[in-house]
Amino acid sequence: MSPVLELDDVHLAFAGVKAVNGVSLHVDPGELFAIIGPNGAGKTSLFNVISGVYRPQRGRVRFLGQSTLGEKPSTIAGRGVARTFQNIALFEHLTVIDNLMLGRHQHIRYGAASAIAWLGRARQQEIHHRRFCEEIVDFLELEAWRRQPVGLLPYGVQKRVELGRALAMEPKLLLLDEPVAGMNLEETEDMARFVLDIRDELDVPIIMVEHDMGLVMDLADRILVVDFGTPVTTGTPAEVQTHPEVVRAYLGEEVSR
Amino acid sequence: MSTKVTGRPAFFQSYGQELALFNTRPKKVGVALVVLVAVLGPFFLQDPLLRTLSLAFVFAIGALGLNMVTGLAGQVSLGHAFFVGIGAYTAAAISGDPDARTIGFGVQEMWVWLPAAGIVAALFGVLVAPIATRLRGLYLAIVTLGLVFLGEHVFREWSSLTGGAGVGRSAADPVLFGFDFSQSSSDSSFTGPQQLYSLMLALLLVFALAARNIGRSKVGRSFAAVRDRDMAAEMMGIDLPRAKTLAFALSSFYAGCAGALLYTISGFFDPGSFSLLLSVQFIAMVLIGGAGTVGGTIAGALFVSLLPTLSRELPRFLTFLSSSPAETPNVFQVEQILYGLLIVVFLLFEPRGLYGIWVRLRTYWKSWPFSY
Repeated sequence: MSPVLELDDVHLAFAGVKAVNGVSLHVDPGELFAIIGPNGAGKTSLFNVISGVYRPQRGRVRFLGQSTLGEKPSTIAGRGVARTFQNIALFEHLTVIDNLMLGRHQHIRYGAASAIAWLGRARQQEIHHRRFCEEIVDFLELEAWRRQPVGLLPYGVQKRVELGRALAMEPKLLLLDEPVAGMNLEETEDMARFVLDIRDELDVPIIMVEHDMGLVMDLADRILVVDFGTPVTTGTPAEVQTHPEVVRAYLGEEVSR
Repeated sequence: MSTKVTGRPAFFQSYGQELALFNTRPKKVGVALVVLVAVLGPFFLQDPLLRTLSLAFVFAIGALGLNMVTGLAGQVSLGHAFFVGIGAYTAAAISGDPDARTIGFGVQEMWVWLPAAGIVAALFGVLVAPIATRLRGLYLAIVTLGLVFLGEHVFREWSSLTGGAGVGRSAADPVLFGFDFSQSSSDSSFTGPQQLYSLMLALLLVFALAARNIGRSKVGRSFAAVRDRDMAAEMMGIDLPRAKTLAFALSSFYAGCAGALLYTISGFFDPGSFSLLLSVQFIAMVLIGGAGTVGGTIAGALFVSLLPTLSRELPRFLTFLSSSPAETPNVFQVEQILYGLLIVVFLLFEPRGLYGIWVRLRTYWKSWPFSY
């Protein structure tokens, strides 16, 4: 079984700051892979490397067996990498449906010419993909907000819409950047349920960056711990929890008196 | 099966029904009424007003173009007058008299010069677009502002094409299949202004329909995505440079067509016409009407175009205002102040423009007697 995503010795530095310092990882089909680490550890930078926003100075990134280095974010998205953002990045003036339809963008096939005429092809495609978006609305229980501009929706719902927008892309790999940040217990539980459903029912491998340790330990198959851009360890939740370096990164060293 | 549910206008039973252009009964009836009144215009309006309205319709076409790039795609362009000028000169040159002192190829047919004007302007739009892919916000506004000054200079100096400053040249002839709309022919019972009005109205309807279709399609959605959150748009697989280039091309196409048509009404134009003021007028139309909406933009264009007609009546009520440009204060100064003032007032109190006012009214009556 060949991995969906492979990172090999990736280095990314902004002038003197080493944001990612020699990270290697691989994500297998159907796996829920978590990345944890203190603030500023380079977790979001890793996401930006995977989705093509940053180009690492050194190392290899392979998605479905092909290198994605140097490709534009839109091309990588076209290959099947979808992501959500730590600070919600929805199209705030557009409705929930329009946001989901934008997730479908690359699957909707008609050009500017047939858009102007809106006969046959364009209309047929819009209806076809609208049906797909409604299934996501159904899956994520967004019915009540369908036609509201997302900028006006509560935070928890916006997070869910963003997840839906990523799902609308029919991704082959889903990157979730702090999916439950700032949520209350109930919203967190809902989100956890959705994440599990996505992995099990839709069979989409997921990489998740998250600070909620309870959630990470419960859901993840394997966990990568990073600290100041440097990988500390990779392993199952049980292995990671007891790893002395991890404990040190999170809790600090014991000071000898 | 699709049954009619009365009293529930938002109850859609198929996606086709919901995605229809006018998806509720009030919309259908309302738009039909407005179009009907507009079509009947020549039968109850005087020629001078028809002339003003024809101009307003052409301005609306140009404003729809600016709305595409600024309202939908969020790229502030002050260079709209430049593209309007390109269109005007392309059309005038193609349709012009080959023996006149200015360049002319003598092809008077509108179906040749109108698309040509749009396409040439669109090509210039594509040339300018790379700037927009590297700059945003104020910086883009400044660069497009520079475009207007470049254009003004070239138009003024290139007198074999434009006739030179203060002289000008004759505009394209509105001739379609041998029929000249600006002239009242012996076998038609309509005057020139009546015919031009009908022509411009028909063209506006076509351009507005196309703009609306672009707006609600995949293309328009990608523009709005670029406006709201360009990085996220990229993650949806939208190629930013391509989307911005397309927005500029479409917008310039509209501007070029508007430029070509604008001066067929007066028959004559001067290179000084394509100044910053023209760009500002277009911006005023989009902002006052409601950025991002087709109906709002058309309303804004009508409003701004009819403003001079109204303000010229002012001296009757305000005796200290003069209607001669030589005296101060005069109505022309008031007009200019009004443009600026209206933009400021709308941005402060109703950023969604006339469209926003309409939405508020509609919501008020929908939820009456409750306040929300």
